[in-house]
Amino acid sequence: MRALVSLLAGGLFGAGLLLSGMTNTTKVQDWLDFFGQWDPTLAFVMGGAILPMLIAWRLTAHRRPLTGGQFPKPATPELDRRLILGSVLFGMGWALAGLCPGPALASLSYGGIGGIVFLLSMIAGMYAAPALGAQLDRVAKAA
Amino acid sequence: MQMDWIWGLGGGLLIGLGAAVYLLGNGRIMGASGILGGLVDNSDRSLERLSFLAGVIGMPLLLRPLLSPAPETHLTSNIAVVIIAGLLVGAGTRIANGCTSGHGVCGISRFSLRGIVATLIYIGAGVVTITLFRHVLGVI
Repeated sequence: MRALVSLLAGGLFGAGLLLSGMTNTTKVQDWLDFFGQWDPTLAFVMGGAILPMLIAWRLTAHRRPLTGGQFPKPATPELDRRLILGSVLFGMGWALAGLCPGPALASLSYGGIGGIVFLLSMIAGMYAAPALGAQLDRVAKAA
Repeated sequence: MQMDWIWGLGGGLLIGLGAAVYLLGNGRIMGASGILGGLVDNSDRSLERLSFLAGVIGMPLLLRPLLSPAPETHLTSNIAVVIIAGLLVGAGTRIANGCTSGHGVCGISRFSLRGIVATLIYIGAGVVTITLFRHVLGVI
C-alpha cells in the first residue's frame, strides 16, 4: 500500500514537472536571471505547488497518515551552518545546469547522455555529502 | 510563450497534489533529494522510495509522446559544467537536507523557517551564479 501511494505521488510529481516546463533547463536558468531576460514561470510553478500543500498540512492535524504511522514532527525553527552552506552549493549547481533533483529524475527518459551524466554526478555528490559536511564542520570550528 | 504561466500553474498544482498524496498517504515529506539520497545511503523504506522513483521517471516517459511540441531539456553540451553542477546539487542538497521540493514546496507550505531560509539562500546563490557566469564571464 505504501509503495502504491509512492508510485501515485511520484507519477503526479513527474507529470507536474514535465507539464510545467521545469525540465527545460533554460527556463529555470532564465528564472534565476533577475538581471537579464527574466522568465516568471517558475514562480507560478512554486505557487501552484504550495496551494495543495497548504491544505494538506492543515489536514494532518488530529489525524494519522492513511497507511498508519505518524506525520512528521513540527518544523524546528533552528538554522544551522549545514543548512546555509549546503543551500549555497545547491544553488550554484542548480544555476549552472538548470536542473534540481526532481527534474533530473523526471527528464531521465528524454534528457540524453548529458542528463544521465548529471544524475550520476548528483548521486556521486550525495555519496560524498556526509564526509564533505563533516569537513565543513571541522573548518568552521578551526576558524 | 504567453501560455507558459498557465502550464506552470497547472503543472505546479500537480506537483503539490503529489506532495499532498505522499504526506497524507505515507506521512512523509516529498523531497526528491531525500528520497534519492535515502537510497544512496542505503537507509530503510527502499521499496517505497523505488516506487516513487518509478513514478517520477515513468510518468514523463508515458506522457511526453502525447505533447506537441515534446518538451526538451536543452541541457548544456559542456560536459564539465554538467558534472560540476551535478556534484554541487547532490552534495549541497544532502548537506542542507533538502531541495526545491522538500524545503521549497513542503517547507514553505508549513511555514517552516528552515524551508524558507534554505529556499531564499539557494535562489540567491543561483541568481549570483547566473549573473556571474552568463553576464560577466559569458559562458552559460
